[in-house]
Amino acid sequence: MKPAKPLLTVDGMSVRFRMPGGRYVAAVSDVSLTLHPGECLVLVGESGCGKSVLASALLGLLPGNAETAGRALLAGDAPLDLLTASERTLARTVRGRRIGLVPQSPAAHLTPVRTVRSHLRETVRALTGVRGTALDPAVEAAAARAAFPTDHLDRHPHQLSGGLAQRAATALALVGDAPLLLADEPTTGLDRDLVERTADELRRHVDAGHALLMITHDLAAAARIADRVAVMYAGRVVETADAGPFFGTPGPRHPYARRLLDALPERAFTPIPGMPPELGALPEGCAFAPRCDRAEAACTRTVPALSAGVACHHPLEEVQPRAGAA
Amino acid sequence: MLELRDITAGYEPGRPVLRDVSLTVGDGEAVGLLGPSGCGKSTLARVAALLHRPTAGTVLLDGEPAHGWRHRAPRGQRTAVGVVFQQPRQSADPRLTLHDVIAEPLRATGRRAEAPARVAGLAATTGLTDDLLTRRPHQVSDGQLQRACLARALALRPRLLICDEMTAMLDASTTAALVGVLEAYRAETGAAVLAVSHDPVLLNRWCDRVVRWDDITRGTTASDRPHPL
Repeated sequence: MKPAKPLLTVDGMSVRFRMPGGRYVAAVSDVSLTLHPGECLVLVGESGCGKSVLASALLGLLPGNAETAGRALLAGDAPLDLLTASERTLARTVRGRRIGLVPQSPAAHLTPVRTVRSHLRETVRALTGVRGTALDPAVEAAAARAAFPTDHLDRHPHQLSGGLAQRAATALALVGDAPLLLADEPTTGLDRDLVERTADELRRHVDAGHALLMITHDLAAAARIADRVAVMYAGRVVETADAGPFFGTPGPRHPYARRLLDALPERAFTPIPGMPPELGALPEGCAFAPRCDRAEAACTRTVPALSAGVACHHPLEEVQPRAGAA
Repeated sequence: MLELRDITAGYEPGRPVLRDVSLTVGDGEAVGLLGPSGCGKSTLARVAALLHRPTAGTVLLDGEPAHGWRHRAPRGQRTAVGVVFQQPRQSADPRLTLHDVIAEPLRATGRRAEAPARVAGLAATTGLTDDLLTRRPHQVSDGQLQRACLARALALRPRLLICDEMTAMLDASTTAALVGVLEAYRAETGAAVLAVSHDPVLLNRWCDRVVRWDDITRGTTASDRPHPL
C-alpha cells in the first residue's frame, strides 16, 4: 500500500572526488533509488563501498573537491534537488527540518561538555521556535519521543551508555519532525541486544510515517528493519530487492549479495575471497568480477546495467540450496 | 593453558568492575566469553593478557603464576600471548606502515632479522597485498587494518590468542575471513583462543565452548553495572 508519490527520488547520482595530480576517485556511480513515506530502505555493503558518501551528498555535506552528477529530488510543498540546492537553502530549510540525521557513533556526535538537556534545548529552539516557559515541556516531549529517560537529561555524553547516547541522538534527529530520516551506521559497536532495540525503535518511527534510509554493514540489523534492500559494491548499486525474498527465499540474485549473506556466522560463515577494489582504481567491467566464481570474459569488459533489480551478466535465477543455511 | 582464579580487578580503589571471576582455557581450546557491553569482560581480557594487574586473584599461564604485568611481565609469558583488540585504529601506531606494525613484536624482542620473511608469510595468510603493506593506517580501511593487527598478534607465534571483540567493527565477509585465519593458525599450531564478544551466534559458530559472563562471576552487584540500556 505504498503511496504513489515517492518522498525521495535519486536519479543517476554520481559523486567523484578530484585528487591531486588530476586523478579522480569515483565514490558513487550512477545510483538510482526511490523511497516512499512509511518505508525503510536499507543500503548495505562492505566498508569503503561509497555508502556514507551517498548520505553526505544528500545532506550537502561533501568536501570541496567533490563533483556530483544526476539528481536527488526531495518531494514536499517545495520540491527540491538536493544536489544543486544552495548551502543557504540546505542549512535553513533542509537539515533537521526535512531530513533528520541519526549519526554514526552517537557518543562522538554529541558535544562532550554539554548535557543532553542543553543539546535538546538548543535544537528545539532552533527548529521549532519554542521559547520561554514552553521550552522545558517541549524538551521533555522530544526526549520521550525517542524513549530517552527524563531523569538522564542532565547527564553529559560520557555518563551515558551506548544505547542511551543512541537515543539522545535519535531524539535530536526527530525534533524537527523531518519526513525523511537518514541513519548512517546507527548500530556500529553496539551489542546485539542493543542493535535489535535500536532497529526496533527506528522501525517504530517508520511505522509512524517517516521514510527511513538506513546505511549499514550490519546485515542482522538490516534484516530486522528493512522493507527494501539496496546492495552497494564499489560505488554502484548492484541489487535492489524486497527484504523478505532477499533475506529469505529465494535469496539474493547478485553473486556478491549472495556471498555477503553466506559470510554470516548463522549461514555458511565463508568469506568472499579477496578484498573490495580501491575506488580510485576500479577494474574494467564489473567491479566484482575478480572475486566472482561466475565471472566470464564478458564480465571483465563491460559494466552490467541494473535491470530488473540486479546488475550482473550472470545473475542467480533459480533457487539454490545454501550450505549451512540456518 | 590459561587459568584465571578468583580475579577481582578495577581502575579505581574500592570500585572493582569485576569480582571473583574464574575461567579456564585448555591447551588448543577455543573458548568464547559472552557478555553484554560494560559487564567487565574487556577488563578480564586485559588481565588475562597480562596488561592489567588485578587487585586480587591469580593468573596462571601453563601452570606458572604471573607476577608481573605490562612491561614487568617476564618475556616468556608476555610473548606466549597474542592480543587483538576491538578498535584497530586505536591499537596501531599511526606513524608506522602496516609492514612495520606487523614487524613491531619481532623488533621489540630483538628478532628484527626474521622480520622480512615472517611479515611476508603473515601478509599472505591474512590477505594483505604488498601495496597495502607500504601504507600507513589512515590509508587503509578498518577491515584491512584489523587484518594487520591480527598478523601482528601472530608474529611471535603465541600459544594463546586473546580476541577482545575482534570483529565488532567489521562487515560479515571480513569477520568470516579473520576467524578463518585464526582457526587455521589454531589447527596448525595447537594454540588456544579466548574470544570475547557480545555476539552469541558468532561465538557458537567459532568456539569449542561458550561461557556466559554470569556463569563465571560471583558477587558482581547490579549497582556496579552501567545503565542496562
